[in-house]
Amino acid sequence: MKDFVLIFRLSNPDFKPSPEQMQERMNWLAGIAAQNKLADKGNTLSVGNAKTVKGSNLVTDGPYTEIKEFVSGYIIVKTETIDEAVEFAKSNPIFKIGGTIEVREVLVHKP
Amino acid sequence: MQKETASSKELLPHLFRLEYTKMTAVLCRHFGLKHIEAAEDIVSETFLKASEVWGINGVPENPTAWLYTVAKNKTKDYLKHLTVFETRVKDAIQTDELQAEHDFEFNHQTISDSQLAMIFAVCNPANATEAQICLALQVLCGFSVAEIADAFLTKTETIKKRLFRARTNLRNDNFQIGELQEQAIQSRLDTVLSTLYLLFNEGYSSRSNNHLIRKDLCSEAIRLVLMLAENPLTSTTDANALLALMCFQSSRFDARATNDGEIILFEEQDKTLWNQELIDKGNYYLINACSGNQISKYHLEAGIAYWHTTPTDDHQWEHILLLYNQLILIEYSPVTALNRTFAFAKVYGNEQGIAEAEKLNLTQLNHYHCLLGYLYAGTNPAKAIGHYQQAIKLTKSPSEKRTLTKQIEKLTILPGR
Repeated sequence: MKDFVLIFRLSNPDFKPSPEQMQERMNWLAGIAAQNKLADKGNTLSVGNAKTVKGSNLVTDGPYTEIKEFVSGYIIVKTETIDEAVEFAKSNPIFKIGGTIEVREVLVHKP
Repeated sequence: MQKETASSKELLPHLFRLEYTKMTAVLCRHFGLKHIEAAEDIVSETFLKASEVWGINGVPENPTAWLYTVAKNKTKDYLKHLTVFETRVKDAIQTDELQAEHDFEFNHQTISDSQLAMIFAVCNPANATEAQICLALQVLCGFSVAEIADAFLTKTETIKKRLFRARTNLRNDNFQIGELQEQAIQSRLDTVLSTLYLLFNEGYSSRSNNHLIRKDLCSEAIRLVLMLAENPLTSTTDANALLALMCFQSSRFDARATNDGEIILFEEQDKTLWNQELIDKGNYYLINACSGNQISKYHLEAGIAYWHTTPTDDHQWEHILLLYNQLILIEYSPVTALNRTFAFAKVYGNEQGIAEAEKLNLTQLNHYHCLLGYLYAGTNPAKAIGHYQQAIKLTKSPSEKRTLTKQIEKLTILPGR
């Protein structure tokens, strides 16, 4: 089993999920946990209280880098392959609101 | 005289169950845990004496007080004897715990303090969980080795071995049973709660067909958690949540199985058999449990049980699913995963339920096949029967086999299929 981080990105900072959307997301997350494949339920990240530091003298407001897209949260799943992690990502409701998910393997450095 | 002899025969086993563990706890508190065997011997001898004397003279007016007095005198004798041994033979070695002049009483306060301390002494994280439960049954609930073996469907030899190791740890633990310290409570309360939770589950869902023993396990677990909830030192929100959970579950105890132990599905239960008094108690403790900000798995499970015992609400299953979603994020277990999927199917329909269930892939578990059999029953009887047959192969319980066979029969005689 390997750990994969699923990084969620959204482009609309004012988006507020409806109770139904929250429930859908919760069902998705608990569905992964029910298969015992959730390594870390992760966190949701604030859009309002965010800064980007680009050097000791260069700090900008907001989480944006080049384009107006920001990381909204992450979770970590444990699966055999990246394809399995991608399958989890595909069933996430974020695409209905124009978001994207990046899947990255967590590298383990052996001492 | 004849009549009194008969009543002493009825009374003693009852008193033994009620008083044995109390008296042992008080004496242990007096002697220290190192001498738990001496404490148990004194209490056993007291009961032996009672059976002799009461058989001849009849039952005394206040049997419990009689037992306490005799146990107290025997303790004094024992300590005197020991002091003589220690001073004359071993050149006046005084140990900390053994002080013959130190007096003690069997009164309500001492008994409940001692029993509470004993719960914490028994739930020692150094012991494996099964060993803790066995020890709890023996030391806190007065179960015999045979009764414990029956409850666990295990050989008495295995139980004896478990107890032997656990008791050695108990004696050598240096747990200060005299006064329950804040620190001991904090470091052990989680273990205590989880041991009592498992003790209850052993009774509520074990495969033992001995209905009486199972009910006993449940009521003992409730009695012990009640002691925690009644003491300001240990009445945490978690303890209250656990107690609420146990009350809700027990309220359905008589409705969930036929007299010969066959499981009755929740939807087919006779709701008039639900115990309203226990449901009310459950509500009471659940409210107590919600006074803080902390949410434990006991809160979530109590919430789920609450929705099960509450008159139908249109959104009942949505609430249950929400709680199961949170529960599975706190702690994975196959049972939680399956129960969550059942709730999911209740909210989103069997078709989506099947998709969610098949992802679990718990093909080695009979309950997995029971669930799929249930979900397929309406649309694909052949598949449903296949899953029920798998479940029959995997279960060891004869009563469950009968229940499942009935489900298959129902599907086979459906007209037009």
